[in-house]
Amino acid sequence: MAQLTCREAVAAAIAQEMRRDPSVVFLGEDIGAAGGVFKTTVGLFEEFGPDRVRDTPISEQAIIGAAMGAAMTGLRPIAELMFSDFFAVCWDLVANEIAKSRYMTNGQVSFPLVIRSANGGGARFGAQHSQAIENWAMMIPGLKVVAPSNPADIVGLLAASIRDPDPVVFFEQKSLYGTRGEVPDGEHVDALGTAKVLREGGDAAIVALAAMVPRAVAAAERLAAEGISCTVIDVRSLVPLDTRTILSAVSETGRLFTVEENPRLCGWGAEIASIAGEECFYDLDGPIVRITTPHIPLPSADNLEDLALPSVERIADTVRASMG
Amino acid sequence: MATEETAGPDLANDDIGEEARLALWRSQLEIRHVEQRAHDLFLQNLVKGTVHLSLGQEAVAAGFAVAMEDGDYTFCTYRGHAHTLARGAPMSGVLGELMGRECGLLAGKGGSMHLTSVEHGAMGSYAIIGAHLPIAMGAAWSAQYRGTSQVSVCFFGDGTTNIGAFHEALNMAKVWSLPVIFVCENNLYMEYTPIGDVTAVEHPAADRAPAYGMESIIVDGNDADAVYRVARTAYDRARSGGGPSLIEAKTYRQCGHSRADPGAYRPDEEVEEWLARDPVPAYRRRLLDFGFAESAVEGIEAEVLAAVDAATETARASPPPPPDILETEVYADGGAAWRN
Repeated sequence: MAQLTCREAVAAAIAQEMRRDPSVVFLGEDIGAAGGVFKTTVGLFEEFGPDRVRDTPISEQAIIGAAMGAAMTGLRPIAELMFSDFFAVCWDLVANEIAKSRYMTNGQVSFPLVIRSANGGGARFGAQHSQAIENWAMMIPGLKVVAPSNPADIVGLLAASIRDPDPVVFFEQKSLYGTRGEVPDGEHVDALGTAKVLREGGDAAIVALAAMVPRAVAAAERLAAEGISCTVIDVRSLVPLDTRTILSAVSETGRLFTVEENPRLCGWGAEIASIAGEECFYDLDGPIVRITTPHIPLPSADNLEDLALPSVERIADTVRASMG
Repeated sequence: MATEETAGPDLANDDIGEEARLALWRSQLEIRHVEQRAHDLFLQNLVKGTVHLSLGQEAVAAGFAVAMEDGDYTFCTYRGHAHTLARGAPMSGVLGELMGRECGLLAGKGGSMHLTSVEHGAMGSYAIIGAHLPIAMGAAWSAQYRGTSQVSVCFFGDGTTNIGAFHEALNMAKVWSLPVIFVCENNLYMEYTPIGDVTAVEHPAADRAPAYGMESIIVDGNDADAVYRVARTAYDRARSGGGPSLIEAKTYRQCGHSRADPGAYRPDEEVEEWLARDPVPAYRRRLLDFGFAESAVEGIEAEVLAAVDAATETARASPPPPPDILETEVYADGGAAWRN
């Protein structure tokens, strides 16, 4: 087992896949010689050269369009959008073109591509470089949406995304880039659409994603010390969604809490709450509770951003209060 | 009836040749008659939604398609019947798609604005202005990376030259020296508005070309031969590693923007002037001038009309799409499942 940071895991996954498959190409702003603004792509340009690791102008529509055109003609492109907020300047390509074209053409075209992007808050960048937009992507039919929380999952799920025959939006939570963790030796490929149970407990299920996962685990540890025992699930993949694992934990514990970094309205937890309400209603012992960022753009000051994002304390307090 | 004693085509010094000329004639006729049929079927309420016809612009589609090679890629817009037909997609598939029938190219899932036939190199009709320029550029990148001689050709209207994706695609195509040809069909109107009223330069595409290190090229888009020649040069440049081209074809939309638009904003004299330059009768005269037998020229038109009639009957006889395809082909496993 190697110890890697999340940022090193990104480069390791891309390198692993580029070594085995010459149809994998990579494009984005500053990803080549510069090694990425978050240093997530260090060494790729040197190993694979400028034909496969291509620096682009600041042209997000051209980046995503190029990935789409390449994917429909035999390549497996990985496109980087430096910050996930930038999806808004190329959303037509993502939501109208890539996501819809397989359906509209009745399966004539395929888009085996990955759009990876630094997502979410915690870095004091302010509202235009901090938003967690996984819910934007989740609501579009035709996309798959992945958001890992640790280095091993980044390697395994990014590899699986690159090999997947469908377009995958891959969110890397930027405040986790420096987090270190063990990554299996050798080729590591995980499965999309699988949630992971990180901790088992009988009183409540806490379902979290990306940067909210370590916070949910820490909150569960605090609650355990107080006698409230929680299952914690890392959703990992919003589409496909592993409802089986989630609903099974809801039925076993009778309580469901979601921990979401996205702003309140239409966050991914709302969909999970709706499914649980429809399918596990009679197993529930209390209300489903969503713990989210308020419905606001993210502020930049330390204390304000910390107040906005679900914290270990807020998670623990909310669960405790709701469990009465 | 035409007589057979006409001298054979005087093609000795012709740079286009008999085969290509007849292909240009046939292609323009196929587009013209399928489009007119689409119009008639719309009036009969058999074509739903909307249609954006290329009546008057046939020479652009024909000229580029006849000069293409089989593996080349065509990307076009919602005004894409012409380009899809020009690559050889079946008429019954085109009309069937417009009519929402099972035999449609997209089995009724796409409609008029999204005609696609990958097996013929028609890589899609894109209905959000500008989007397909970067996509066509990406297909050219793929061809370059894979080391093939394929060229990607992207057709769009004059209105597209004012959207950001146009500029992003031209810049990146030039920087990467990609085998892509951007073809602006300047039909003088951005939907309902004269393009000159909303554009900073006189020639919306050609005047922008130098900004991206490309030559300004303007061609008479109502002359299939002129289009064919300019296309051939651009294909040669792309295949030889010379990079992208941007070509502005001056043409005219003989009808409104879409079925909702009678085009009443166009001055009568302008319409008359352009109708006098209708590319189809002009090409018929050209062929006769070259010495083609009238019987051969008319014979092709009769064949095309018969094919359009047959395709219409095939489409009319085709059932609506089966309901069980509603939730198919969202994902590559053929289904729409987003959860387990």
